[in-house]
Amino acid sequence: MKNTLAISAVIFTIGFVTIPVVWSDDDDYWRGMDEYKHRSTGVAAVTNTVYREECGSCHMAYSPGLLPANSWIKMMSGLGDHFGDNAELDTETERSITDLLLANSADRSDYRRARKFNRSIQFKDAPLRISETPYFRHEHDEIPGRMVTGNPEVKSFSHCNACHDRAEQGSFNEHDIRIPGYGRWDD
Amino acid sequence: MKTPNLIFVILISTQINSVLAENTTVDSLLQAYASQGATEAGAEQGKYLWQKTFQPNSEYEERSCASCHTDDLTAPGKHIKTNKLIEPMAPSVNSKRLTDQKKIEKWFKRNCKWTMGRECTAQEKAGFLLYLNKSDTRC
Repeated sequence: MKNTLAISAVIFTIGFVTIPVVWSDDDDYWRGMDEYKHRSTGVAAVTNTVYREECGSCHMAYSPGLLPANSWIKMMSGLGDHFGDNAELDTETERSITDLLLANSADRSDYRRARKFNRSIQFKDAPLRISETPYFRHEHDEIPGRMVTGNPEVKSFSHCNACHDRAEQGSFNEHDIRIPGYGRWDD
Repeated sequence: MKTPNLIFVILISTQINSVLAENTTVDSLLQAYASQGATEAGAEQGKYLWQKTFQPNSEYEERSCASCHTDDLTAPGKHIKTNKLIEPMAPSVNSKRLTDQKKIEKWFKRNCKWTMGRECTAQEKAGFLLYLNKSDTRC
């Protein structure tokens, strides 16, 4: 009995010591951790040049991670009336942008904030406005209207980068919020 | 009598050549619009249409090209809804303008529909191209 216990203890200890050693040999594991830490900060920044050109000419090139796939499918099928503007694309470009959106949508993204957006939206829903998603509303519920809709330099909750300095880089961190005419926003 | 005529022809063709050499994209589009029925379009016609106001629906009281691009083609504009900066339209200050045929057609389609509520005719597009291409700091 004593022997069995002692042997178990030795095996257990060896296991504990060797596991990290084995893991540390696996570079991918640690790289994976770094990537996770990096990714967990916000949503994916938009780097695709076609997307930046086609979608980012009139407004901020919103990260695909801000809405789920269902929303993007609906959005891309109605570009003839895109919130009152005509945003029609040729078939080839439309397809490539749809592919990009769907591969990086909130329900497919590993980024922390993208996942939060996705969790707040009912599976069947396909909201077209990021600012109408439950997560967005929750995050902005303390901000008085005069600072945004009543603020000529901001005008609308759609203009992320009017207040979020690093929105285009995918970061919506509290420390990067600066409301024009009001300064830093402290939650 | 023959000599002055010849000089005149040479002068005219040199001028045309210099215009063509300046922007082959615009030239080939103008040729395409001509084949679609555009006749004698002039920069003045384009300018008139650029500044003309429309009301295709009730969202805005009036719309014109200048709503976003301003009347000064050498100055940057601002998207009326999103506030996004729009680079100047005049090739004289923004060399990227009027160099990509596909891009030009895309924006004609989108912006004619937004501004006028319909696509532009070949005649109207030819006018715009001439107006934009000619624009410099004096306009």
